[in-house]
Amino acid sequence: MITLRINGLDVSVEKGTTLLEAARFLGFAIPTLCHMDGLSPYGACRLCVVEIGEAPKAKLVSSCTYPAEEGLKVRTTSSRVLRARRMILELLLASCPQSKTIQDLASKHGIRRQRFKQEYEDCILCGLCVRMCEEQMMAKAIGFRNRGENREIGTPFDVKSDVCRLCGGCMYICPVCQLRCTYNEPEKAICGGCMNLSPPCIEKEPFDDMMCYMDPCVACEIQNNK
Amino acid sequence: MKQEAFASSSDRVEVCEDVDVTNILRILEKHNEDRGGLIAILEEIQGEYGYLPEEALRIVSDRSRRSLVDVYGVATFYRSFSLKPRGKHLVCACLGTACHVRGAPRIVEELKHQLGIKPGETTPDKEFTLETVNCLGACALGPVVVIDGHYFSKVRTSRIGQLLDEARKGFDSAEIGKDKRIFPISVSCPHCNRSLMDETLPIDGYPSIKVNITHDHEEGWLRLSCLYGSHNIAAELDIPGNTVVKIHCPHCGLEILCTSDCSMCRAPMVPMLVHGGGVVKICSRRGCKNHMLDLV
Ligand code: SF4
Ligand code: SF4
Ligand code: SF4
Ligand code: FES
Ligand code: FES
Repeated sequence: MITLRINGLDVSVEKGTTLLEAARFLGFAIPTLCHMDGLSPYGACRLCVVEIGEAPKAKLVSSCTYPAEEGLKVRTTSSRVLRARRMILELLLASCPQSKTIQDLASKHGIRRQRFKQEYEDCILCGLCVRMCEEQMMAKAIGFRNRGENREIGTPFDVKSDVCRLCGGCMYICPVCQLRCTYNEPEKAICGGCMNLSPPCIEKEPFDDMMCYMDPCVACEIQNNK
Repeated sequence: MKQEAFASSSDRVEVCEDVDVTNILRILEKHNEDRGGLIAILEEIQGEYGYLPEEALRIVSDRSRRSLVDVYGVATFYRSFSLKPRGKHLVCACLGTACHVRGAPRIVEELKHQLGIKPGETTPDKEFTLETVNCLGACALGPVVVIDGHYFSKVRTSRIGQLLDEARKGFDSAEIGKDKRIFPISVSCPHCNRSLMDETLPIDGYPSIKVNITHDHEEGWLRLSCLYGSHNIAAELDIPGNTVVKIHCPHCGLEILCTSDCSMCRAPMVPMLVHGGGVVKICSRRGCKNHMLDLV
């Protein structure tokens, strides 16, 4: 067991526990965006920053990837943490102002202005969809490609993937696009899941078998309007 | 309706230009481990085809238990890999910080203007591909331009035209004599020690190295350039690329062969004695450019 101190409270956790898990165990809320139980930590959004160590050597780390250390002092809401978190949110909001998830987080953290140019990106590269596809769906249909400012998510060679299960998990989990079924606009699909529809759900009964996250779904609406 | 817009991936493989499956498998086998080594494999495929054909990547992922997403991710991550066929000559301009402040943007503009293409594109005649990189580690010499593996330092816009002309002609022919890495050697048979040099048919302006080869039960002569570093040859027989030939001494008739294999393609190496001491070994596979020189 490892004992560390979070916001002045001592807590003992198993080796390998992350700071985020330890803090949540004690009931300290830390906002996250790219973290999800059941998926491996990735540390992409930095929203979960916390401050560790003592001044003047204190530093900011992402709590979802930082393993607990013996005797570590962690502060989850110091002014430095809050400042950094607000800046991160402001930047995220500037890149994807249309995202409901990010809007909600920003408003919760008291962001009332936008100092940066709004970009209307459709992805913050949080990697949730990639991990969902690989770790929960065992499909590995989509992944990161290119690098730097060209980094993006997609299928290899931009064609419908042979291994995609059309589960919609990637779209369900995405904090930005919150795409529903892209049946009528397949070129916007990330995974291309709906590109080869004839929607399976339309043809097969009962619909429940489809293991589908999509709600509402355009295909279903078409079906209902018939 | 909608479906037709998206060729399924298997259709696309068929329209892909000829990628020899056995060739890719040979490369994979050479690096026969499960993970790791992916970059080396891709490098070798690119060396063979000049780019990474889609089908080749699909074969790699299929046969080496890597997911296509991972292979594709690596292939698109590194600038040195290209998924599109490149031109005959690769022009690479550095746009790193140091080169940038030393005027690289003007160099790139000039290259774009003279070639009529943007970075990342290939001229319609398939002669030149223009690319930019961010630092080649030669900052003090900036702006740096690399053409076909030859580095040019402190490049000025006025020099670009001349460089492109030289590239068109081929640096190898332009630089023989100037380049210290390319020099003539004289060799003899390791069995009978008689000279293999032949003045009747010079290559690169120097006497050539004459040996006999057998390939497919046919015999004929093969003349190699004696310039170390030049790969020019003349041959009586038409040898297809990627075949391993047997090489005999034209004097004593014995096969010239040594125990070591080519470090690049595993074909047997052919040793020859260098006048003045030393051994030069060349790979017996047509198209493999591996050679080594040990001087004593
Ligand atoms: S819909 Fe396809 S790409 Fe998306 S998570 Fe499911 S299997 Fe992966
Ligand atoms: S598509 Fe969505 S889930 Fe996937 S990396 Fe981008 S923002 Fe994250
Ligand atoms: S509801 Fe039907 S059409 Fe929509 S994503 Fe799910 S399977 Fe596809
Ligand atoms: S939740 Fe920790 S970096 Fe995104
Ligand atoms: S910036 Fe061009 S070589 Fe470093």
